[in-house]
Order: sequence, then C-alpha cells, then structure tokens
Amino acid sequence: MTADKKLEKLKNAKKIGESRSPMQDAMREFRRSKIAVGGMIVVVFVAILAIFAPVFSPYGFEVQNLRNNRAKPMEGYDITETYAEEKCHWYETPLEWGCTVFIAGSDALGRDLFSRIVYGTRVSLAVALAAASVSLMIGLIYGTVSGYAGGNVDNLMMRLVDFLYAIPLLPIIILMTVYFNAVSRQGSESPLMIWLIGLDKAAGGLLFVFIAIGALNWLGMARLARGQVLSYKEKEFVEAARALGAENGHIIFKHLIPNVLGPLLIAESMAIPGYIFLEAVLSFIGLGVTPPTPSWGAMINEGYSGLRSNPHLVLFPGFALSTLTLAFNFMGDGLRDAFDTRLRGRN
Amino acid sequence: MTKYIIRRLLMAIPVIFLMILATFVLVQAMPGGPFDAVGQKSMPEHIRILLERRYGLDKPLYEQFFRYLGNLLQGDLGPLFRQPSSSVNDIVAQTFPVSIQLGLMSVMVGFILGIPLGIIAALNHNTILDYVTTFLAVISVSVPTLVLGPILIYTFGVKLDLLPIAFWGADPPFTLGFLPPLTSTFFRHAAMPVFSIGTGMAAGIARLTRAGLLDVLSADYVRTARAKGLQERVVIVTHALKNSLIPVVTILGPLLAGAVTGSFITEQIFALNGMGRRFVNSIGQREYFLQTSLVLVYGLLLISGNLLVDVLYAWLDPRIRYD
Amino acid sequence: MTTTPLIRVENLTKHFPITRGIIVQKEVGAVQAVDDISFEIIQGETLGLVGESGCGKSTTGRTLLQLHKPTSGKVFYKDIELSTASNAVMREMRRNIQIIFQDPYASLNPRMTVGSIVAEPLEIHNIGTAAERQERVKELLELVSLNPHFINRYPHEFSGGQRQRIGVARALALQPDFIVCDEPISALDVSIQAQVVNLLEELQEEFGLTYLFIAHDLSMVRHISDRVAVMYLGKIVELAARDELYENPLHPYTQALLSAVPIPDPVLERKRKRVILEGDVPSPANPPSGCRFHTRCPIAEAVCKEEHPEWREAVEGHWVACHLAK
Ligand SMILES: Nc1ncnc2c1ncn2[C@@H]1O[C@H](COP(=O)(O)OP(=O)(O)OP(=O)(O)O)[C@@H](O)[C@H]1O
Ligand code: SF4
Ligand SMILES: [Mg+2]
Repeated sequence: MTADKKLEKLKNAKKIGESRSPMQDAMREFRRSKIAVGGMIVVVFVAILAIFAPVFSPYGFEVQNLRNNRAKPMEGYDITETYAEEKCHWYETPLEWGCTVFIAGSDALGRDLFSRIVYGTRVSLAVALAAASVSLMIGLIYGTVSGYAGGNVDNLMMRLVDFLYAIPLLPIIILMTVYFNAVSRQGSESPLMIWLIGLDKAAGGLLFVFIAIGALNWLGMARLARGQVLSYKEKEFVEAARALGAENGHIIFKHLIPNVLGPLLIAESMAIPGYIFLEAVLSFIGLGVTPPTPSWGAMINEGYSGLRSNPHLVLFPGFALSTLTLAFNFMGDGLRDAFDTRLRGRN
Repeated sequence: MTKYIIRRLLMAIPVIFLMILATFVLVQAMPGGPFDAVGQKSMPEHIRILLERRYGLDKPLYEQFFRYLGNLLQGDLGPLFRQPSSSVNDIVAQTFPVSIQLGLMSVMVGFILGIPLGIIAALNHNTILDYVTTFLAVISVSVPTLVLGPILIYTFGVKLDLLPIAFWGADPPFTLGFLPPLTSTFFRHAAMPVFSIGTGMAAGIARLTRAGLLDVLSADYVRTARAKGLQERVVIVTHALKNSLIPVVTILGPLLAGAVTGSFITEQIFALNGMGRRFVNSIGQREYFLQTSLVLVYGLLLISGNLLVDVLYAWLDPRIRYD
Repeated sequence: MTTTPLIRVENLTKHFPITRGIIVQKEVGAVQAVDDISFEIIQGETLGLVGESGCGKSTTGRTLLQLHKPTSGKVFYKDIELSTASNAVMREMRRNIQIIFQDPYASLNPRMTVGSIVAEPLEIHNIGTAAERQERVKELLELVSLNPHFINRYPHEFSGGQRQRIGVARALALQPDFIVCDEPISALDVSIQAQVVNLLEELQEEFGLTYLFIAHDLSMVRHISDRVAVMYLGKIVELAARDELYENPLHPYTQALLSAVPIPDPVLERKRKRVILEGDVPSPANPPSGCRFHTRCPIAEAVCKEEHPEWREAVEGHWVACHLAK
C-alpha cells in the first residue's frame, strides 16, 4: 500500500469514527434559535459583570455621599477633591460634569445606583446558582431514591411531597426565615445554630434565602426525578445491566442519573427566573440580604417610598431584574426546545 | 365523584392538623415574647407575667396548642396581643375578602386575556402574529409584580394621574362575604393591583394554551378534517379547544399559589388591607395566633383550590376516573 | 446433539402483586404472569417459546434469569440452583446466561457510546485493562458484522438492525453459553429479520450456544427452533419437537395458532379448516378456573371448567396439557 492510499484510508476511518452525541445534537439545535442564544449572551454578560463588579462600578456599592443623595440620572455634583481623585474611574465624563456623575443617579444615602445595580448581579446570580443547585441536589437524590426503591419507601416519600405541596410553604418559610434571623441576632448555644450562623455569614447573609428557595422548589424536582427514574428503571438497558450482574450503585450512577439529569437541568433553567423573583420578594419584605449588600429587591423596597419624585430608584433595579429574568426565560425555553426531541422540527 | 371529594376532604384533615402544629411550634419558638416591651421601654416583669397568664402563655406548649385547636373548632381564631379590643377573627374578616377579590379578579384577567391570545398565536402558527404574541408573553412573564406595580403606579397614577395609587376601593361587609360592589371607585382602585398580578398569569396561560392547541391541531384527525375545508375546520377548532384547555387547567393550582405570593407583594405596594400585607407586617411581632391562623387560612384556600382543579380536570377529561 | 439439559425449570411461578393503599400498601391481588411451568432446555438446542402478547413469555425469560424473583419453583443451570443462589454466586452465573431484548431502542442507553455499551459487561466483571477491553470490543463488533470504527458513536446513529447487533455483541461479551432471545426480531423490518436470525444461528454454531427464543407467532420460530413450547395465559400448554408440533399439534390452542399461519400452497390453503378463536384473552389477574383456555376453546367440555389439565407426555417427547387431547 502506498503512503497516499494509507493516508486516504486513515482519513476515511476518521470520518467513520466521527460522531455526534445527543448533547452535541441538542447544542446545535439550541444555536439555531437566535433568541435563545441572545438570552445566553445576556446571562454570560451579567455573569461577567458580577465577577468583575469592582471593575465595572465607578464607586463602591456601600460608599455614601450624603451631600449628593437622590441625584437624578446623569446629574453631577461637585464633591470633595479627595473623593474625586480616588474614586474616578473609566467613565470619565465630559469636563462640564466633573467626574462625579451618577449615570443612574444616587439613592437616599447618596450611594451610586449604577454601582449598586452592578453589585446586585452578584446576589441575583448567586441565588440563581445556589438555589438551583440546592433544589437540584435534593430533588435528584430524593426522587432517585424514592423511584428506585419503589414499594412502601416510595409511597411514604411521595406522601411527604404531597403533604408539602398541599400546604402554603411561602408564609411558613417566611416565618422560618424570621426565626433564623432572630436567633442569629440573639446568638445561640446550640452547635447547629452556631454552625448555621457561621455559614450564613459566609454566604453574605443569604443562607436562608438559598435554603428557603431551595426548600420551596425541590418538590417539583423530586417528582420529576422520580417519574424519570420510574420510567428508566423499567427500560431494557437497565434490565440488560442487571442481567450482566451490575449492582445498584452502577445502575444508579451509570444508567439512571445520566438520563435523569438532563430533564432536571432543563427544568432548573426554566425555574431560575422564579428563584430570582423570590429572592427579590424576600429582600423586598426585608428578609433577604443584610444591608448594605445591594439586592435589586431590597433596592426597590428602599426606593419605593420616593417613587413619585425619584422613580429611577425603583425603575432601574426593576429594569435590571426584568432583563436578567427575560434572558433566563429565553435561554430556558431554547434549552427545553433543543433537548425535547419530541418537539424538534415543530417550531 | 362525591365519594372522591369526600375522601379528599378527609385526607385534608391530617394535612391541616400537621400544618397548624408546625406553624404553632415555629412561631412560639421565636426568641422573645409578645409582652417584652411597651413601645421602646421594656415591660415590667410582674405585668408581663400577668399578661402572659391572661393569654395562657404560661401553660405548657401542648396545652396551649390543644386549647387553640379547641377554640378553632368553635370558630375562634384567637386573640390579638397588640389590639386587645379586636381578635384574629376581626382581622381575617377585614382582610380575607380583599385578598380573595384581588386573587380571583387576577385569575379572571389571566384567563380572559391569556386564552384568546394563546388561540390567536396557535391559529397563526409561525406567522408574525404568533411571534409577537409569544414574545410579549415571555416579556410579561419576566416582569414580576414587584416591578410592574411601581411602573403602573408611576405611569397611570403619577404621570397620567388617571388611577388612584393606593388602597382598596371597598370595605367590608360585602354581599355573600366576598362579592365586591360594582362601583367605579372599586374598579378604579382595583385596576392596577389586578393587572400587576394578572398580566403575568395571562402570559403563562397564553403560552400553555398555544402549546396545547398546537398539540391537538397537529393530531391526525384534525389534520384530515382541516384538509376538507374551512367550515369543518371551525368545528374542529372548537372541539380541539376543549382538549387543548386541559393542560391549562392544571396550572390553576400553581396559579392560585402564585396569587398568594403575588398578593404578598401587591398588597404591600398598593397599601391594600389584605391578608398578605397583614401577615408581612406581623412578622416582626410575636402575634402567635394571628400568624398561625393566617397560615391556616392560606392552607384552606390552597387545599380547596387544588381540589377544585382536580374536579375540573376530571370533568374536562372524561378519560380520568376517580373512584 | 447431546441430551443433557443445560437449563431445567421446575414448577416456576411468578405472580406480580397488585397493591393498594395511601401510606402503607396492602396486597389486594396478583397478576399470575407465569404459573407453575416446567421444561428443560438441552445443551446446544434452540427452544422456541410462542404465545400471544401478555401471556407471560418475557416474564418466563426474566424469571429464569432471576431478573424477577420467582414466586415459587426452581431454576437450574447445569446443577446449580439459581433460584436460591447467593448474590455472589449469581453474579458469577451471569457470565453464563445472557439476554437479548425486543426493543432495539430501549435496550441501549442513549447516553453511552457503542464502545462503552459493549464494554460494560467487562467493566462490571473487572475483566482486562482499558486497552484490552477496547480490543475486545472491536473484536465483538466485528463478530456481529459491525464496523469497529463505530466505537465512539451513539446508539441513535444506528438503524434498528444495527442496534440489535450491538445488543448481541453486549450479550456475547462475557462468553455465555445460554442466551434468552426475547423477541429479538419482532420490532425489525421483515427484510432485516432474516439477517439477525442468520447471525444468531451462525453464532450458535460457532460458540455452541443454547437459546430460548421467544416470539409471538409460530411462523417466526419455525426456522430457528429445534423444539417449540406454546404458552397461554401463564401456562405452557404444549411442547414438542418442531416438526412434530407443526405437523401434529395436539392442543386446541396450538391448532388455532397454526391455522392462522398461511400455507404457501394455494390448494392446501383453500382446503384447510380455519379455527377462529372467539373472545378476548382473559385477564391474568383473574384467570379462568380449570383449564385456562376453556373460555375460548372450541371443544371444551364440562370437565375443563372444573379441573386443571395435567401436564403429560402424550407421545414420546410431545408434552401437552389438555383433558381431551389424544
Ligand atoms: N413488572 C411487572 N409488574 C406487574 N405486572 C407485570 C410486570 N411485568 C409483566 N407483568 C404482567 O404480566 C403479564 C405477562 O407479561 P409479559 O411481559 O411476560 O408478556 P409477554 O408474553 O412477554 O407479552 P409481549 O408479547 O407483549 O411481550 C402481563 O399481564 C403483564 O401486564
Ligand atoms: S382442557 Fe378442555 S378447555 Fe382446555 S384446551 Fe383441552 S379441551 Fe380445551
Ligand atoms: Mg414480552
């Protein structure tokens, strides 16, 4: 065989060996939807804002400037020399404005609204990520155990889910958050509480928001996971694995979870807007982040009383909140359509 | 069916019991008590003890709980510590109708706007009309009450000065306990709160209606019928509609729950004297009975809402049999 | 051909409980999917197992492999009783007994590549290094006439027949000597069925395999089987060598099934009598008393309703369960 022919054969072999996983297929489908890709770009952009918040925000989110409070957007004030020298950043404004322009105005304490909105991305994204992980983990484990065990175990576990579905969790979660906040203010002796309070500090006062949102949303995930496990565990490839002598761990980790994870991740991506809303709601009623950490919900709450004269204090954080959820919604819809092969080719 | 409903109601009893128990224990476990302070000063020890004895708070927890349960069975939701002259019953009687009117009207707006929009989108599948409707729906799902409320207030209340920006336009007592007076004042006050919850619902409903109708329309029997001509197509669409609405009914449950969440915010934003606002305002206080009883009322609402959904579902979809 | 039985099934019964209850489930009945069946499979032969949908063929195959725990009865592989074997013993046994499934779509994990699917048995039993496994997988793919370059592809990129071959390769990986073929060709196009049957026959010859070959009509098993068993509602009603069964069916149910198989000769086809079965198959949760076939049997008599027909050897090597069969 000549070298040329060999090479050609190799090339052909490569072609035959080429392959696309279901994942790659779906991603190709996803990329075809412009709106979904647009949503993803916005989400990525917001993530970059969150990571590099100090770079993008001209002032610190907690820096007060009481003389310049409630500044309108794009209004500038003369402030002390030292302040100007230290804090002026990349958006050097035209000379007539000086360098103290608040592009989005300032709040009642004279804090730069734009900087606070930029830092607020951190809270929203952290909640989105953490709550999604919490509810995904709990839902996946709970649902998989329930579905795989079957029988009475399954029955009991699902009755608990039914119970939690039947009661109004939000007010109860609110009370739990109040309880936790009160105890952590007062200090506690129980090691569990001390540990939780420490954890809460580490999470920037958001621990209970994570727990609350996760706790509210794992139920649906558990039901979904269980349903998936039930249908997959009867599938013949699982039976084949058992016929080969596979143990439960092998079946669960190799066959069930990889198949169940996809639908759960899609469900999570569609649930994220809800998580972001809920954090805003909790912060709005004063149960979210601890001040001065900026959360969009808390900012709406702070600005709300002055809506009449300073609407920007509410409208800008509201706009940010809506933009991010809109992006997540578009992205989630795109993911669902791309992965739901039943829908493929329809829209 | 009656048997099914009765069984569901019986099953709700332990659920309600556990819910009350959990809430009662939780509120009582909060550090501090209702009589720790008068205004800014701390309450003298002996008066505090006296007051606590008066409300039975010195008794063991289980005794308090069963006394509360006993009173509940007689329709007594318990006392208010902050306003001894009125009781939790009075609060619920004032706030419940407001929340119910707000919730029901929002759900109605959701359906009245959502279903036609969903139908229009599905019947004009893949046309500009479809895209615009779908796009608008996603946008309104993405603007929560928390944002839409202030936008509405600023636009219609402040700038245009068309609608009142706060308070509910009617006070109890109502006809049948919850039917609002059909006055223009009432509707002018209700417009913005109802829309701030209702548009999000409408968007969700429109999306579901569209998906459901597309599903049915792509079924073979509908396709063949459509090929036969417009007249039949109209018939089929009306038939198809009933089937495609089944999934819409299923979200009634989450919708009702959503109306509860929404009311927490909306009542706050529009300063409505509803249960949600009362509940949120009480969280800093130690109003044990008020908090437990409001959770109970929410629970009853949720349970009956879910039951209603299941009954509706069975009625729409004859394949489902409950026995 | 030797006559040592490789597999022996004695009074095998599998009932699936029907449960009800809100919190704790009570048993309120049972689906009698397989009820008291006995047969042997001889080393190197193919035993065909035929019956209508839902009569318990798959359950027989799976219970035999201990994928379902038998309600009662025994299964022997050579002289080892599988039904009471410990987990460790059973795990070893699984190298010898394997299964091929009906649905070529459901039987392969969509998230695994062909290579990892075929290598899975080797991994489970810790056979070889990763490189050795890879080599073995390629050999196996070649054995079932698939291009070994396909190793990194996913199941959805293959046709039904190709997928079925992947399933065969997986079953062969541990070098078993007995394979349950649960309707391996029913879901395939007619043009491909013959290919897969031929492949199975070639493999049988090459490795001396023994098959339990399940199908839902008699024409499908005729070609491949040495002996054929006919099942009705959880019971085996007749079992005989292939030619004997097709030429001299004793059980009315077998006769009815055979009369539904078209005969290629038009003269014979016109002359023969057709037995049309009336009524539906009764529910296995509540099977008829006596002979389970009596509700549909064209020649049933009073005794059929009362007494179970005995499983007897009517002619040498020809077993039947019917009061009236000669
Ligand atoms: N895991 C199970 N749980 C409960 N009932 C079952 C289970 N598996 C099978 N059955 C029931 O047992 C009976 C026999 O089923 P089986 O799958 O063995 O039939 P089959 O002869 O293989 O039919 P088919 O030709 O459709 O594959 C059926 O009534 C079926 O509903
Ligand atoms: S035993 Fe009776 S009912 Fe059963 S097959 Fe024979 S004749 Fe028919
Ligand atoms: Mg079968």
